[in-house]
Amino acid sequence: MNSYGSRPAPTASTFELVAWLFMRLSGVLLLILALGHLVIMHLINDIGKINYEFVAGRWSGELGMLWRGYDWLMLILAMLHGVNGMRTILEDYLSPGRRRILVLTVLYVVSFAFLAAGSYVVFSFRRVM
Amino acid sequence: MKVELKIQRFDPVKDQEPHFETYAVDCEPTDRVLDALLQVKGLMDGTLTLRKSCAHGVCGSDGMRINGRNRLACKELIQSQEQPIVVEPMKGFKIVKDLVVDMEPFFEKFRAVKPYLINEDPPPAKERLQSEKQREKFEDATKCILCACCTTSCPTFWADSEFLGPAALVAAQRFIFDSRDQAKEERLDIVGEKEGAWKCRTIFNCTDACPRDIEVTKAIGEIKKEELFRKL
Repeated sequence: MNSYGSRPAPTASTFELVAWLFMRLSGVLLLILALGHLVIMHLINDIGKINYEFVAGRWSGELGMLWRGYDWLMLILAMLHGVNGMRTILEDYLSPGRRRILVLTVLYVVSFAFLAAGSYVVFSFRRVM
Repeated sequence: MKVELKIQRFDPVKDQEPHFETYAVDCEPTDRVLDALLQVKGLMDGTLTLRKSCAHGVCGSDGMRINGRNRLACKELIQSQEQPIVVEPMKGFKIVKDLVVDMEPFFEKFRAVKPYLINEDPPPAKERLQSEKQREKFEDATKCILCACCTTSCPTFWADSEFLGPAALVAAQRFIFDSRDQAKEERLDIVGEKEGAWKCRTIFNCTDACPRDIEVTKAIGEIKKEELFRKL
């Protein structure tokens, strides 16, 4: 039998491994997506041109689903990347107990609400003329 | 030269909280911080308590915080330090007295990774052979002297005392990558946990602190990589 001294026996959970990998991959993807966003919104197009019509037109045109997908991917990755970073910091610096559970719960609820609202807007948007 | 030392003092019998006391000593610029501390203890205040043994950077007894960085007092020259030289015990452990901390939690974590060769095969007549290339994979980690400078320089460890810490992870790396060892999986199970290698935030304080110049963060990174390819 294995003995682990006073430390808990390994859980074989891969959650932290997957979270670690996700941070690396989403970080690289976000760099590409956000730079692309910056180039399109601020370099190719003048910010004076960017208004409701611009965004609505992009989301409703032939490539509408592509742009919606682009924006949605950025939303999902940025939210999950940020929330996981916050989870990491909070779990590092708040000792286990009621306060940590409370703060993490607030974090998860608020971020879920943002994700849900954002996803709803991205996919249910109809252009109003 | 005149050297001003600002030393953190704590006597559990008298004091509620640690406090600083200042001492002026005469030293050569090429003396070590340890020499200055021993001068204080020998000639000015015999109650100053610190650990030291070999005094030559081999035993790892006199790890402490010198001007905000974890160092061995016997390896730090006076001339390379700004004055006053602030000397504190290593952070993250209970202070026993002055510069002496309770290292037991540190050794407990070290033991948790099974820091010894596990090989069930009967030992050969002479020795278990290994190529130079196989040895290179863990050579760096063999230099560890268990001074705890790395672990007690880690902000994640300060905040979370359950974290295995850099030193224990280096010890694990040393055997995980040893071709003669047969308990790789078992060790990866132990360190591939939330409070193990995945708690490392690559802050690099450990690499800066190591008096043996072990690339600690790199060693932990190798564990992460090994664990990643084992599980995915």
